[in-house]
Amino acid sequence: MIYHDLVIIGGGPAGLSAAKVAAEAGVKSLIIERDFKVGGQLVKQTHMFFGSEKQYASTRGINIANILIDDVFNKSDYIEVMTEATVVGLYSDNIITVLCKEKYIKIKAKAIIVATGASEKFLAFENNDLPGIYGAGAVQTLMNVHGVLPGQKVVMVGSGNIGLIVSYQLLQAGVDVVRVIEAAKNIGGYKVHASKLRRLGVEIKTGQSIKEAIGKDCVEKIVVAELDNKWEFIEGTEEEIEVDAVCISVGLSPLSSVLSMGGAQMKYVAFLGGTVPMIDKHHETTINNVFVAGDVCGVEEASSAIVEGYYTGLLVSERLGFKHPNHEELYKDFKNQLANLRSGPFGKKTRLGLKEILR
Amino acid sequence: MRIKEHPILSFEYEKEINFVYNGKQVYGYHGDTIASALHALGVKKLSQSINKKRARGFYCAIGNCASCNMVVNGKPNIRTCVTLLEEGMIVDTQLNKGELL
Repeated sequence: MIYHDLVIIGGGPAGLSAAKVAAEAGVKSLIIERDFKVGGQLVKQTHMFFGSEKQYASTRGINIANILIDDVFNKSDYIEVMTEATVVGLYSDNIITVLCKEKYIKIKAKAIIVATGASEKFLAFENNDLPGIYGAGAVQTLMNVHGVLPGQKVVMVGSGNIGLIVSYQLLQAGVDVVRVIEAAKNIGGYKVHASKLRRLGVEIKTGQSIKEAIGKDCVEKIVVAELDNKWEFIEGTEEEIEVDAVCISVGLSPLSSVLSMGGAQMKYVAFLGGTVPMIDKHHETTINNVFVAGDVCGVEEASSAIVEGYYTGLLVSERLGFKHPNHEELYKDFKNQLANLRSGPFGKKTRLGLKEILR
Repeated sequence: MRIKEHPILSFEYEKEINFVYNGKQVYGYHGDTIASALHALGVKKLSQSINKKRARGFYCAIGNCASCNMVVNGKPNIRTCVTLLEEGMIVDTQLNKGELL
C-alpha cells in the first residue's frame, strides 16, 4: 500500500490545475493518468480559446496544455505524475486500485479529486460499428496529435462547437468536409464557428440526421434523411453520400463510473450530459474527502475545467490543513470566473444542471 | 495518409519505427500510437466483434471504448489508441475476446 495526501485521478485541464493550486498551498499530490502523457484533450485543440485572459483566451488549446503541464513539472517537488496508469477501483476508506504498466497498485489517500473528464457519446443507426465512423474528438487526436488523416471525404454529424471546430480543422488538414448535418432545427454551436465554415463553402444542413452506413470493412456511403418534429425520419427524403469517414459529434458524457463504484450518490442530469455525482459547494461528493473537478460533474468547456480545478484544489488544500496564503482572494476570484463563464445563453444548461446536483 | 502541410502544426516524420502487422514488416513513426500508425498505412479494421465477427476500428482514441483492442506481442485486449508504437512490436488483428495467459 502506498500512502498519499492528495490523489488526483486524471491529468487533463482540471487535474493539472488542481495540482498546481494545491502545490502552492503546500500539499503534495499524485496525478494518475491513463494516457502516456498528461494534458488531456487540450493537446489536440489547435483553435484559440474564448473567455477572458485568466482562462488563456486567444491562446490555442495546445499552448494552454503546455502552460498547464509546465506549471506542474515546475513543481515536481510537490507533484508526482504517474502515466499509463488506469484507476480500476475506488473503495471505502479512500483506497484506490491502479493498473500501471501491468502492475496492480493500491493507494490510500487522505483526499481524492476525481477529474476524469468525459467521453464522446455515440449515435444509434444501422451499421454504426463500421470502421471509419469515429468520434469527432478521436479524429482531432488522429489529425492534430499524430498527423494522420481520417479519410478524404468526411460528413460531420452534429453542429455543436466540437462538430464545427473539428470540421474547420479537417479543412485545414486538407480533408473535404462534404456536409455538416444537424438533427435539430438550429445550429448548436457558436455562430462565429458556423460562419467560418460557410464562408469556406461547407453546407450545414439542419433537420437532418444519419440513417444508415454502408460498406464492407469500412464505411463507403451513408444515407441521411430529414427529421420531422418528433425526431422521426421523413420517408422519401433519403439521400446517399459517398464518404470514407464519418465523424460523430453528438455531445459528451461524464466519465463518472469510478464514483458510482465508490458508492457516491449519483444522479442523471441531462443538462450536464449524463450521470453525475451529487456535490456540495466545495465540490465534495457524498463520500467523505472525495471531490470532483471538471467535466466529470457536468460537461462544459476546457476553460471551466481549468477554473474548477483551481477552485477544488484550493478547497481540498484547506481541508487537508494547508490553507493557501491567498485563500480568500483566490476563492472569490475563482468563483467569479466560473460565474462569468456560465453566464449568458450558452451557460444556461450548466446553471440549471448544477442546481440539480447541489446538496 | 499523413499530413504534410498544415497552417498551424508541423509534423516531423523522422525516426521510423519498424513493427510487424499480421505477419508483414511495416513501419510507423516516432510518436505514433499503434492505431495511428496502422491508420496511416490504410488499416482501419483492428478487431472484430465477438459473436457476429463484424469489423471494428477505433472510435474514441482516448482508451475508453475498447473498439481498438488488438493482440500485441501475443497479448490480447491492448488498447492500441493509447499504446505507443515500439520498435519490433508484433501486432495482430484480434479475432476473439482474447484468452487469459
